[in-house]
Amino acid sequence: MQHTTLDPATVAPSPVGAAPSPVSHPVLRVNSLEVTYYTDLGRARALEDVSFTLEAGQKLGMVGESGSGKSTLALAMMRMIKPPGRIEGGQVFVGETELMGLSEEGMRHARLNKIAYIPQGAMNSLNPVIKIGAQMVDAAQAHLPRESRSAINERCVHALRSVDLDPAVFHMYAHELSGGMKQRVCIAIGILLRPSVIIADEPTSALDVVTQRQVMETIDRVQDQIGAAVILIGHDMGLMAQFVDKVAVMYAGRLVEVSSVREMFTDPKHPYAQALISSLPNLENKGVFRGIPGLAPSLLRLPGGCAFHPRCPYALDACRSVRPDVLNLEDGRRVACHLFAAEAFHDQPA
Amino acid sequence: MTNLLELRNVSKVYTRGLTAAEPTIALREMSLTLKEDKPTIVTVAGESGSGKTTLAMLLLGFIDPTMGEILYKGRNITSLTGAERLAYRREVQAVFQDPFAVFNPFYKVDHLLTVPIRQFKLARSKSEAQRLVEESLTAVGLRPEDVLGRFPHQLSGGQRQRINVARALLLRPRLLIADEPVSMVDASLRANILETLRDLQRNYGVSIIYITHDLTTAYHIAKSIIVLYRGGVMEAGDVDAVIKSAQHPYTQLLVDSIPWPNLDQRWGETSIIARESSKHDPGACPFMPRCPKAMDICKTRPPLFQITPHQAAACYLHDQKPALVSQRLSELLPA
Repeated sequence: MQHTTLDPATVAPSPVGAAPSPVSHPVLRVNSLEVTYYTDLGRARALEDVSFTLEAGQKLGMVGESGSGKSTLALAMMRMIKPPGRIEGGQVFVGETELMGLSEEGMRHARLNKIAYIPQGAMNSLNPVIKIGAQMVDAAQAHLPRESRSAINERCVHALRSVDLDPAVFHMYAHELSGGMKQRVCIAIGILLRPSVIIADEPTSALDVVTQRQVMETIDRVQDQIGAAVILIGHDMGLMAQFVDKVAVMYAGRLVEVSSVREMFTDPKHPYAQALISSLPNLENKGVFRGIPGLAPSLLRLPGGCAFHPRCPYALDACRSVRPDVLNLEDGRRVACHLFAAEAFHDQPA
Repeated sequence: MTNLLELRNVSKVYTRGLTAAEPTIALREMSLTLKEDKPTIVTVAGESGSGKTTLAMLLLGFIDPTMGEILYKGRNITSLTGAERLAYRREVQAVFQDPFAVFNPFYKVDHLLTVPIRQFKLARSKSEAQRLVEESLTAVGLRPEDVLGRFPHQLSGGQRQRINVARALLLRPRLLIADEPVSMVDASLRANILETLRDLQRNYGVSIIYITHDLTTAYHIAKSIIVLYRGGVMEAGDVDAVIKSAQHPYTQLLVDSIPWPNLDQRWGETSIIARESSKHDPGACPFMPRCPKAMDICKTRPPLFQITPHQAAACYLHDQKPALVSQRLSELLPA
């Protein structure tokens, strides 16, 4: 397979690399991550050549239809892909640590410590018969065996405070809390060890708008306190507009566009991103519904060339046969589409 | 003109256990009328615990009201006779939130469509049944050959939800209760389903009660809106007026919290007062504990004050306006 090294900084860890913008030392670097599910019906390539970087304190929104690979990406970064899925290749650097090369034990320590994952519906994962505090202490003790019990308790209460929960929650059971409070408990567990990367998979999809806003504002504030990079997975573009700095659009297991949130909303490049943006409701165009025609392709039977071409209004001949590589455009934007071949920089290292 | 549906002071109270501490008022004195000759889309909006699903269950006859009555075409739905009940079951249809849960995974999706045809004897022959199925699938924008003969897991959430709408349409309903029909569907497919629902109202004369916590979709699909909080009507009226110039502090908070996909329309600065657990004075305005503008008078429950012909809010901030008895709520809603 042809390797497209998208991020120059990955060639060598030195910050002297040929990065287009002067910012250096991203806290998270994902390189050509590949995941395949081996099913009875064939191989489903759930993640193909996914690469991106994230700075400390940055917020990245990962959007795409169900089945586009958003959650698989999160699980792969946590090395939590279960059979029949397999991580076929790629690297994930958090700071200087490469997660894919760690031993099982090393990875177990890295989880929660370096990279925390708040899964979809996390609030339903709290144990109903164990007090919130005990569940938090359990997580902290597993990582900090030498810390005293009182220090761990203090750490947990501090985490609860930073998500705006009363320390009394420490002694409560899950059923005594509302959905929003439970979700904030899960965030508190996620930040116990001050990880440098937090992945939140649809943290508010089951909550109403007011609680949703509260939870998102909590994540925002907590991130400021610990300076972590946050990846927000979801399909609500409204939430992305309110929260993230950068948006990455996934389609059929590949990243098709990465842009700053402003560029994504004002001038989306990839035709799929354009369709996604124009399907959004707002206050001006009342009653105008513009869905995206067609259906997302099955990962078992991906169309040749660009996976989006059967639904793309601008499809060229090349789109049917040649899979577009990710192109680097101005302002650090990246797009996988033949339409922008002329605008792309060709100064990538081979 | 007869009314298609009429709710008269309907309340639903849940009591817990034998030594129930305090009963929960899930819905309080709700009155609403839908005219038979004017199909419309009414949104019922509110957060979890506001009583919106209780309302859906009442309308579908799954639970009985504690007080008040629900009339369908002038007949109380709790005392319908055999034939009337069958007609009511056919004419009032529902689309629920979860497009995954309503399918039996062991049957092909055809099952969901053929059972009602058999049950209500809609077709005289197999070929007629087939034609009905294909018609209703086409009406919701699905190609019959794409979905028929498949199992539920082979279809996307959007396709499944549209099959649910097709099933409802098959029965030529007069009223559709849509309880959060798009909340579990991808954003890109939401538009398609909402458009299907709107076409149903426009082309087939179906009235729709659209139950949601999502004011964005409510704004786009509905004519009028009723905002519930803890079982009580907080604000009601024309959807444009209520969303663009909300008058009740609760509606303002809701509108302020919509994540608009617009970079220049950020979340408001107003801080949120967290919802208290359960203790509150049943005689007071239910929103009082969280209201930034709460006053002493709020300790007694405010009536609806009519602000314009098509907007009213249950809040003493508007007490210089004429009060509206709750039975006349429907007059606020534009047809």
